[in-house]
Amino acid sequence: MRTIRWLLGAILLGGVLALIVIRPLSSVFLQADGAHFVGFVERAVYVLVLSAVLLLYRILRGPTAADRTVAIDIFGVLVVGLCALLGVASGRTWYIDIGIAWALQSFIGTLALAKFLEGRRLDD
Amino acid sequence: MIDTIGLVFIAGGLVFDVLGCLGMVRLPDTYNRLQASTKCVTFGTCGILFGSFLITGFTAEGFKLLLCMAFILLVSPVAAHAISRGAHRGGIKLWDKSVIDMYANDKEGEA
Repeated sequence: MRTIRWLLGAILLGGVLALIVIRPLSSVFLQADGAHFVGFVERAVYVLVLSAVLLLYRILRGPTAADRTVAIDIFGVLVVGLCALLGVASGRTWYIDIGIAWALQSFIGTLALAKFLEGRRLDD
Repeated sequence: MIDTIGLVFIAGGLVFDVLGCLGMVRLPDTYNRLQASTKCVTFGTCGILFGSFLITGFTAEGFKLLLCMAFILLVSPVAAHAISRGAHRGGIKLWDKSVIDMYANDKEGEA
């Protein structure tokens, strides 16, 4: 039973990754002036979305609050990578500003949630 | 040429991201999940940022990418340590088959 579940999961993940690589380009993606590496970046964005879906599974399912906190922390780091990719691809330099702000806010939010996990209030 | 090296860095970062999130789903315990996902995803995102820096070169965006990478490298271990300390003090159990719990031993020594 365990082996069957493992095999099903591996086939599902590999299939989704293969679909991402094989899939033809969508014509509406990133039609800006000065865009670089559009095909590569589109596939990379889909891979990041797949990672975010795995994290969402953990956020929904996670048995304790600590698991959800870890998942939200990692989610913030993923979004920073997504902003960097979009900034490189579209040639718009303000995407990475969003990434920096997101990293700062994510760090502060994670520290606050860790305080709550410890069973203390925010002000001590 | 430098663009190709940057794309290789970005691809490696994506691989680390997916593996870290897979560890987030697969591993049995809060602390194991923290171990796998934090390290892998931090390294993956730093790979993506460094590849983007190689592509953009020494422009304003490139320096912002380097700044963001340094910030993530400094801050992510702090966040992971805070989460694990808070979880342990909040009474979240380890996995059944965990071998050793040094932090609990230290707290017993203090009391």
